[in-house]
Amino acid sequence: MEFSEHIKTANVEDVVLQQPLHPPSKGTLCITGHHLLFSDREEKSCRQVLLLLRNIDAVEKRTTESSGTIIIKCKDLRVLQLDIPGMEQCLNIAQSIETLSSLNCVAEMYPFFYRPSNASLQDHWGLSTPERHYTEMEELHERWRLSTVNQDYSVCPSYPPAVIVPKAINDDALKKVAKFRQGGRFPVLCYYHRKNGMVILRSGQPLTGANRKRCMEDELLLQTVIGDSGKGYIIDTRSAQQAQQARMMGGGFESKSFYSNWKRLHRHMERGKTLQESLIKLVDAYGDKSPNMDRWLSKLENSKWMSHVQTALSTAGLLAECVERDGHSVLVHGSEGTDATLLISTLAQLIMDPSCRSLEGFLRLLEREFVQAGHPFQQRCSHSAFSHARLQQECPMFLLLLDCVWQLWCQFPLALGFSEALLLRLATEAYASNYGTFLCNSEMERCALQVKDKTHCLFRALLNPRESEQYTNPLYEPNELAIWPSVHPQSLQLWRGYFLRWTQQTRHLELVQEEIRNMVIEWEKLPLS
Amino acid sequence: MEHIRTPKVENVRLLDRSKGQRKASVGTLYLSATHSMFIENHPETRKETWVLHSMVSSVERLPTTPTGSQLILRCKDFRIFQLLLQQEKDCLDLHTSLLRLSRPEKYSELYCLSFNPNINKEERQESWSFIDLMADYKRMGVPNNLWVASAANSEYRICETYPSELFIPKSASPTVILGSSKFRSRGRFPALSYFHQDTLAAVCRCSQPLSGFSGRCQEDEAMLQAVMKSNPGSVYIYVVDTRPKLNAMANRAAGKGYENEDHYTNIKLHFIGIENIHVMRNSQQKMIDVGEMRSPSMTDFLWGLENSGWLKHIKAIIDAGVFIARAVADEGVSVLVHCSDGWDRTAQACSVASVLLDPFYRTIKGMMVLIERDWVSFGHKFSHRYAHLDGDPKEVSPVIDQFLECVWQLSEQFPCAFEFNECFLIAIHTHVYSCHYGTFLGNCQKERKDMRMWKGLYNHTERSTPPCQSPADFLSAMREESLQLEEELTNHQERISVLTEKPITWEKVVVKRRTRHIQKRHCGPDPPTTDTIPITRPAQDHETFGPADQNAKVKNPALTLPLGQSILVKHLNADDISSDLESGVADLSSRSSSGGEEGKDPEMDKVAFTTA
Repeated sequence: MEFSEHIKTANVEDVVLQQPLHPPSKGTLCITGHHLLFSDREEKSCRQVLLLLRNIDAVEKRTTESSGTIIIKCKDLRVLQLDIPGMEQCLNIAQSIETLSSLNCVAEMYPFFYRPSNASLQDHWGLSTPERHYTEMEELHERWRLSTVNQDYSVCPSYPPAVIVPKAINDDALKKVAKFRQGGRFPVLCYYHRKNGMVILRSGQPLTGANRKRCMEDELLLQTVIGDSGKGYIIDTRSAQQAQQARMMGGGFESKSFYSNWKRLHRHMERGKTLQESLIKLVDAYGDKSPNMDRWLSKLENSKWMSHVQTALSTAGLLAECVERDGHSVLVHGSEGTDATLLISTLAQLIMDPSCRSLEGFLRLLEREFVQAGHPFQQRCSHSAFSHARLQQECPMFLLLLDCVWQLWCQFPLALGFSEALLLRLATEAYASNYGTFLCNSEMERCALQVKDKTHCLFRALLNPRESEQYTNPLYEPNELAIWPSVHPQSLQLWRGYFLRWTQQTRHLELVQEEIRNMVIEWEKLPLS
Repeated sequence: MEHIRTPKVENVRLLDRSKGQRKASVGTLYLSATHSMFIENHPETRKETWVLHSMVSSVERLPTTPTGSQLILRCKDFRIFQLLLQQEKDCLDLHTSLLRLSRPEKYSELYCLSFNPNINKEERQESWSFIDLMADYKRMGVPNNLWVASAANSEYRICETYPSELFIPKSASPTVILGSSKFRSRGRFPALSYFHQDTLAAVCRCSQPLSGFSGRCQEDEAMLQAVMKSNPGSVYIYVVDTRPKLNAMANRAAGKGYENEDHYTNIKLHFIGIENIHVMRNSQQKMIDVGEMRSPSMTDFLWGLENSGWLKHIKAIIDAGVFIARAVADEGVSVLVHCSDGWDRTAQACSVASVLLDPFYRTIKGMMVLIERDWVSFGHKFSHRYAHLDGDPKEVSPVIDQFLECVWQLSEQFPCAFEFNECFLIAIHTHVYSCHYGTFLGNCQKERKDMRMWKGLYNHTERSTPPCQSPADFLSAMREESLQLEEELTNHQERISVLTEKPITWEKVVVKRRTRHIQKRHCGPDPPTTDTIPITRPAQDHETFGPADQNAKVKNPALTLPLGQSILVKHLNADDISSDLESGVADLSSRSSSGGEEGKDPEMDKVAFTTA
């Protein structure tokens, strides 16, 4: 398929662009296969806007006889307005944008064409692999092994080829366990707590069904995990009632009688459609320009976004508490184990593990717990809050994670090694990117499309010394202790940096960060006396 | 002192709920004339918690349970302390004592009149002249050929609640001012609050006109005209009524109201809709309730926040400030701001506008100057609004709290624009309520001045001092007097140590000492020594209280904000002292503590006996 088929008008002159934080400017608009390019003709202050078409969430057009206006709403919540002379040109442009921005063929997306001059495709892709992770964690080697049972993705399509499992369980048993867990997601280790040797495992829900099926291997696997410590927790990210209902659909939960040493805790976390609708309502709330405090507060409350942030943080806190304070191992799952499960296991690691809190540590954590662990980015991030398309698999789970991390960042300004700019960058890149990192839904798909050979890796690029400077937190002081977030409603804030990103106010906040960075640099220059 | 029924309770459990403390600490509670002190039993930490009586907003006694009796102390800075006492009697005593101590009836009972930081007289004098309003007016460029200083109110003859030094339009004649003040509620005629040098536009303030449905006043109309003329080139002024229009209209029925645009030429009336003090008080209470909720959900919290209306009110005040600042800076149009009496909402709106307009007010010193000008000098009723004394609860309202929050909101939005941080705003908030310093005492300049004079005058021997005596003489006389009494006291103390079996004599010394104590600290030089331990305390308590008390003095200066200096000393030196002495005496004899104290003596003896 050729992109040019969709481009009826490639160039338009005398287009007026209005974008937030800038005065309107007049210039040339150009549509290419992947980009919308605007360039004004002022010689002194040449301004260019290069927008990935993938970033466009919704297009609205208004036309009169002689001209037309296109309003472009982006997935990073930016809203642009283009005034185009000539009705036909306007309609052509609008149609091109609409078609090109909703192409869903992964292999033709921009990351496969992006070739920055300072990087080569031969560069190492990604920060780590399950194999390297296992090798580095020597404490694990006594009781845990690296299994390659999923080498060809046949046991679990959403897992990476290598996973860490109890040493005592062989690959045949794992295959049986995989059949008993949704999506083949058998329990695997995701975190080892060095202080007390306790672990976090994650999986899909057990397929007990209405007639309470059992799986001896599954019970054995979990029993092995407990070992001598006698007790473990299962955190189910669904309410008890939802877990009961799941049995009718073939899913279910670990019943007390067969998993006697495991204590189940249910925490209801919203997912899927509910979460997406919450985001839509929130974005709608701040888009409401009427200056009325009551309306803003009730819309904010009604969106429930902050409640989701609170639930996520408090469930992650509960998980960390089980491991760090109670000293027990924990298995986390919801139904599929690819959304809320990953969210809270990631947050819990950030709370407990100091090595996850540096810039590189955090990116590794995301790579391990979201990208490799099989969060379906392609499905979840295909649309954001402005889209009029019917909701399918969209869900801002990754955005919710970033929001929660931002809350931690606010509560512990010294403990995290990365800046808010990193979170904002990730939030943007997850929806539209030059890089291949967030493409596809699983390692299997990435392997099939040779993503790692044909695209560049975002995480590598972020750690590039020239880039990484703006993503580090100048105030970072590594802290060995767990950072327990406060989840009181009073302690949680709206993530202004993201949701109010394109307003003047956020500019002032960015200035502050800039100022802090400069002060720290000045400070470091001072001779120690 | 006479109000302390039990000075010390042991084995008290204290839970500081505002710090999220979960486990109560066990310790001993002491009650002094000024503070409740809790000292932890834990030998290593011995953590001390001090609560100034004037910071206590309510004391609630819960029904006695088998584990003991509970008291809940709610403070004006929103701290909440839960006390568990083993004996019901202790709890009762403590409750009664704290109820009384936290609601002083007279200014003389307030902490600032006994607080004695380690500075000498000169330093104290100097600290009171730290903020010089005239210098600030000069900084903004007045007096000039548009605005002149007026002596009209120099003896508070025209308006009791205004400062004595005011700036008015040059073209306004005394007749116009007088006429205008007669037509304005409580005589608060239009006066300059802020002059914007860049555009020559000004922010003026006043109270509502006594227009009723059809009343008019030529002088007042001329006054507004004069305000407009003081801004060369402008053809109209904005009159900002900060009340909701409905409230303003309702006021017309009471013979007050707002300017009729038909009668005044060239004014544009604009209503903002800041609610009155009663709405604000309730709103704050709702906010406090939201904060006290046990483990609220996000929905509870946001709903409670919305329902309290607090942020809506904050927004209204900022809106008012923004409107004024825009008019002055962008349009170059002068603004006259008023509400009902012009001392609450008007102060809020004017000072927010000043912060927006002038970077100076975003510095530490500038913020002090601003509060001194728009709040202290223009008669914001601090003592009534912040319940310094036991009084009408309907007069209490978090007016300056809201201003401070507005500033905080601005500092959140413009983090690099302010010299001070949140702690500074919180410290101001605390001291507005604490009565730790004299800055925020009283309801207007005149009252402060009267109080001042009273403190100087109230003395058995000095009563006959001729009012025309110069302040310097007056002070030196005072100093001699106190030194004399100091000696006398030492003699008495020596005698006491010999004759301990005669507590009656001792008690009498106490009474005398107490009155002297007050004036000495405020008018005379600071006493050399011996005074660190208030003598009113029973002798055996000296050991226990002494060190703690000194601690306080070491600690307190750190808290010292050289805030809003004063008026008090400044006016002692003012030339117009004589006429006010009369009113001072008259005013204060009604509240004078002399009568009260004699009346209380028997009771005091009783208390002294029981505690001694």
